[in-house]
Amino acid sequence: MSLTELLEGKQVVICAGSGGVGKTTIAAAVALGMASRGAKVAVVTIDPAKRLAGALGLDLLDNEPRQIDAARLAGVAIEGELWAMMLDPKQTFDDLIDSVAPSPERAAEIKANRIYRQLSTAVAGSQEFTAVSKLYELSQSGRFDLIVLDTPPARNALDFFDAPARLESFLEGGALKALLRPTTLGMRLFAKGAAPVLAALRKVTGVDITTDLATFFALLGGMTDSFGVRARHVDELLHAQSTAFLLVASPQAGPTDDAISFHQTLAEGQLPFSGAIVNRVHPLLADEPLPDVELQLAEKLAATLSEYRVLAERDQANLTRLRAALQGAPLLLVPELQDDVHDLHGLLRIHQALFG
Amino acid sequence: MATALLQRRLIFVTGKGGVGKSTVAMALAQVAARRGKRTVVADMNGAGEQHERQLAPDLFTLSIDPQRAMEEYLTVKVGGTAGQILGQSRIFSAFAMATPGMRELLSLGKVWELAQTRRRTPGADPYDLTIVDAPASGHGAALLRTPRTFAEIAKVGPIAGQASTIAATLNDRDFTAIVVVAIPEDLAVTETLELDEALQRERLNIDAVVLNQRHPDRFDEGDLTALRLLAAAPAARLAVDAEIRARLEAEQAARLEQHFGERLQSLPYLFKPELGAEELELLGRKLDL
Repeated sequence: MSLTELLEGKQVVICAGSGGVGKTTIAAAVALGMASRGAKVAVVTIDPAKRLAGALGLDLLDNEPRQIDAARLAGVAIEGELWAMMLDPKQTFDDLIDSVAPSPERAAEIKANRIYRQLSTAVAGSQEFTAVSKLYELSQSGRFDLIVLDTPPARNALDFFDAPARLESFLEGGALKALLRPTTLGMRLFAKGAAPVLAALRKVTGVDITTDLATFFALLGGMTDSFGVRARHVDELLHAQSTAFLLVASPQAGPTDDAISFHQTLAEGQLPFSGAIVNRVHPLLADEPLPDVELQLAEKLAATLSEYRVLAERDQANLTRLRAALQGAPLLLVPELQDDVHDLHGLLRIHQALFG
Repeated sequence: MATALLQRRLIFVTGKGGVGKSTVAMALAQVAARRGKRTVVADMNGAGEQHERQLAPDLFTLSIDPQRAMEEYLTVKVGGTAGQILGQSRIFSAFAMATPGMRELLSLGKVWELAQTRRRTPGADPYDLTIVDAPASGHGAALLRTPRTFAEIAKVGPIAGQASTIAATLNDRDFTAIVVVAIPEDLAVTETLELDEALQRERLNIDAVVLNQRHPDRFDEGDLTALRLLAAAPAARLAVDAEIRARLEAEQAARLEQHFGERLQSLPYLFKPELGAEELELLGRKLDL
């Protein structure tokens, strides 16, 4: 089955997979392919290679999709439109606060809060949270026929799905709301029984962090409910029939194991899995006699050939394993390209392999 | 290279996804264990469980789980009524797990505990060396930054105290080493150079860069000329491709060499279906020069 058929009727494509398998380039190639077939496509990339970003004209880092000039994509006719952006987690977070805060003053106060600053920048999890958040925002805008999302590198799919949920539940303040009640004067003890927990919490965390947290949640005030509602909408979007998860993998033993467990996580979460793309596959070579060259060169050729065969056989074995685990779900292969693929040329060759 | 590294008590191994961090961590650990150092390789992938497993004499592994690490911390370090109350409070547990950065801090707390000469876990024997198979670059840098951020936010109290102690340990170059693994491709090399910048901002230093998976470079100009004439033969095409790759790799290696000089160590690509004990030992020997 071709990729075009696989993605028929889809409005969101999420490229998931472990680090180092070429997710970003695959995401860009999928977006390019669908745009060349007439769709208006946006690809949201996370930390793309500098040369690919430069080639697409993505050096502008303003967290908004930019239309790619078709003239840059020599050789590919774009019937539709190709838009691309590089995710800026901090900016996405700030935009989110702006959109749910009751007033610009309140938004500014939140953005100046120390807990918020910590939350929206350095911490692992904010990339995942903002990626999903941006996806939801773009999907709500109705500006595109298709949105392709690259995902942050993770060893397992759970990181990607858990991190937004964790942050969302923190913002919702569910756990803390049981202990504290926001008032105009800050936070107050809520129920009996909370007192000893809060006292112990203060002893362990230090007074300042609880005060800071209290201030933070007081600032969020009535907004916490919007985070809850939003979380449910995001969850619905991820589970929608118009969403497709594409698993991106490479054919070594480790990444194959990762892909198999990714697939299982998607199935357990009842997420709409559309198929897998295995990148950097070494195709098997037919048995042919070595060309007739002088002895020394013949030895070097034989060494190179036997090394290649080891990799080709390894890839076949891992593909067989993956195929069995996917139970008949579509599997697309992209051959290994000898040169570094993280530029426009590489993107076009991967596009060629996927869309023919 | 390994000799200088193995004098520390704590080594973090990070790098871009898919470059062989776990392999390098394990190869280093084997070298240490062979020298009689009681060594543990810790990763952060524990899912609900946290058991130390022995692989060989003096060689152990452990997957850290933040929830378990927190329970340990509350019982052993906080103790008393406060520890008991929090340990039993599901509200607190949910709160702590949801607090951004808390999982990272708790995992690092466990790493710190493993690396101490006198461990606070009752009855646990000390390790001479703790090697952390850390998350990939971006998350790895965030991880190493976490203790300092917490120390700054919390200011006072046991968490701030613990966080400052961990931060000081990470910055202590006699105690902690950071090893970054890369492969000779543009993306991985660029990420390594960027990671160095990010870590330097935290006053952290990369002690060694392992350039993993270098392919052999066996064809000279004369060979190439001969091979191009045979381009129809699949073997000749493969050989030309291999040579192109080797040259691109040399360019990438030069970028790292220029920046890291003597701190750079290369490892060969191993043409094996899967890396087993034998291959790890070979890589260990190469690191052990």
